Amino acid sequence: MNRQMKSILFYTLVVVVVIFSVFPFYYAIVTSFRSGQELFNPSVFPTSFTTGNYFSIFKEQPFGLNILNSVIVATSVVILSLIIAVTASYALARIHFRGRGLLLMTILSVSMFPQVAILSGMYELIRSMGLYNSLPGLIIPNTVLTLPFTVWVLTTFMKELPKELEEAAVVDGASPLTIVRRIFLPLMWPAMVTTGLLAFIGAWNEFLFALTFTLSNEVRTVPVAIALMSGATEYELPWGNIMAASVLVTVPIVVLVLVFQRKIVAGLTAGAVKG
Amino acid sequence: MADVTLKGIVKDFGSTRIIHGVDLQIKDRELIVFVGPSGCGKSTLLRLIAGLEDITDGDMFIDGDLVNQRSPKERKIAMVFQSYALYPHMNVYENMAFGLELSKHSKEDIKDKVMEAARILELTPLLERKPKQLSGGQRQRVAIGRAIVRNPKVFLFDEPLSNLDAALRVQMRIEIAKLHQDMDATMVYVTHDQVEAMTLADRIVVLNAGRIEQVGSPLELYHRPRNKFVAGFIGSPKMNFIEAQVTGVAEDGVELSVIGSDPVKVAVDPTGLAVGDKVEFGIRPEHMGSGTEGELSGKVEVIEELGESHFLHVRLTDGSLITVQGRGDATAKAGESCKVKLDCSHAHVFGGDGFAFSKLGTLGQHEKTATLEGA
Ligand SMILES: Nc1ncnc2c1ncn2[C@@H]1O[C@H](COP(=O)(O)OP(=O)(O)O)[C@@H](O)[C@H]1O
Ligand SMILES: [Mg+2]
Repeated sequence: MNRQMKSILFYTLVVVVVIFSVFPFYYAIVTSFRSGQELFNPSVFPTSFTTGNYFSIFKEQPFGLNILNSVIVATSVVILSLIIAVTASYALARIHFRGRGLLLMTILSVSMFPQVAILSGMYELIRSMGLYNSLPGLIIPNTVLTLPFTVWVLTTFMKELPKELEEAAVVDGASPLTIVRRIFLPLMWPAMVTTGLLAFIGAWNEFLFALTFTLSNEVRTVPVAIALMSGATEYELPWGNIMAASVLVTVPIVVLVLVFQRKIVAGLTAGAVKG
Repeated sequence: MADVTLKGIVKDFGSTRIIHGVDLQIKDRELIVFVGPSGCGKSTLLRLIAGLEDITDGDMFIDGDLVNQRSPKERKIAMVFQSYALYPHMNVYENMAFGLELSKHSKEDIKDKVMEAARILELTPLLERKPKQLSGGQRQRVAIGRAIVRNPKVFLFDEPLSNLDAALRVQMRIEIAKLHQDMDATMVYVTHDQVEAMTLADRIVVLNAGRIEQVGSPLELYHRPRNKFVAGFIGSPKMNFIEAQVTGVAEDGVELSVIGSDPVKVAVDPTGLAVGDKVEFGIRPEHMGSGTEGELSGKVEVIEELGESHFLHVRLTDGSLITVQGRGDATAKAGESCKVKLDCSHAHVFGGDGFAFSKLGTLGQHEKTATLEGA
């Protein structure tokens, strides 16, 4: 096989991969700009352009409130889980205590449970705490859901930081809290951005808890709100609205990823912190 | 500045005993070097002094105060780590200022102290740089600077030069010696390199498997090693040990036959030795000569030329291999037979338990001054 053939094959493969990964998003965007009869046009190319869907989603239901709910829930989950995970990972990575290995393995295995397995138990907990149908009732389970992964990643990262760095700080007179705050936090930035972003995306897109633990539209988050969108009649599926809403809520995520992309790469190639 | 006293210091990791009851008195303003093979517990002992490890048993005093329960900060020590352990996200200035900041010094005070340390260590132009923008030697100096600014009672160094290349190592060694002179500080310096130990130390502590083998000035250890371990560890290339038999015992020394040679006389205290006893005869490569005459005979196997001197590795008649040093270029050739001449005034005799029989007679001029300084 000569060079040319090879590169043709290579680029064909690239095109196939790109089409498969990008087409669904492309189609959602195209559909979101269609309305009425146009929605049932099977053409993959933009055939019409109306922004009506983007306005109607805010008129027909409290979609703005849903977005705000999502922002509150996802942000709280990120902040809570990072605070807990950083302190937990300091203990897990740096302090020797009985059962540490077992605890780490438990954390890892818990993170592999399917979400639906803890759904009914979590439901009971939320209800008994009186948090049913409220935002804290979504924040807590989502935090619980992301913590194992966050703790695991940060512990692994923290383990890689040289022990002598901490000892140098101890000799300099730093307390454990100062060490975490002044030495570890700045070095763990990339890992925290990565895990924080993943936690944010997880909470932003979370559907099962958000559906089960809420009752009224005012406390719903975006994924549930989109799924429960109804058309003018019972038999009409508001495709245009659904697509417009989906596109709209994906944008913040894309922006976040683009803003932090360099940090993410740095976080994924963790441990490259040599004095 | 302060003296440090270790009384029966013991350290266990789990059920393994790593330090077996160390007694040591480090004097005010002394530069003491812990030396020993890798894994003998040098770093552990240093970290016990620092307060980075808990003492299992025994007492530690700094400046007369019992410090067993005190944190490194309360002990007022500073430590320079082998890997430098600079804070990667802080620049040189911030690295040096961090400890002062934590102990709530004023901004001006911190600035004065850091600038002074930077001046001494020639770091002034580098203050804005991050550690990763520095060379190994510069990082090392920042690590030392971080120790200096806190004006500690005791400086602790854990193999600070072992990550540097050979030329830089010599240069930094001199800088540390100079620093010690200028600062008049008590310093404890850990190394596995006996040359570093010899050149830097006021006194050397030779450690082996968690025990002190001998404490003394460099020349004391060189001329009067207490046992075979110290004799073999201090000096490079290491001392030759050859089997010998006692042929005569007198008040002023013993006569030995070294693998069947004519008796040679070594001036050691002969208490406990009798004619016919088997002992080990120890002599350094620099106290032997090769040529056509000598007490021992053998065959040259390998020649190493260093320019100003050379080493002959000679296989003796009993099969043992010894190293002989000579000045200038070697005249012998590999494979030739040769005679080895012994300068027995510098020889040592070791018993079956590894201990040296103490040397008799007055010390040489060098030894004398060294002992006085070390005392
Ligand atoms: N934290 C620790 N836990 C268990 N064993 C240790 C620990 N630190 C050191 N050791 C053991 O103690 C011995 C001495 O170590 P160290 O003091 O670092 O030696 P050196 O610095 O002389 O090379 C080694 O056998 C090492 O394995
Ligand atoms: Mg060591």
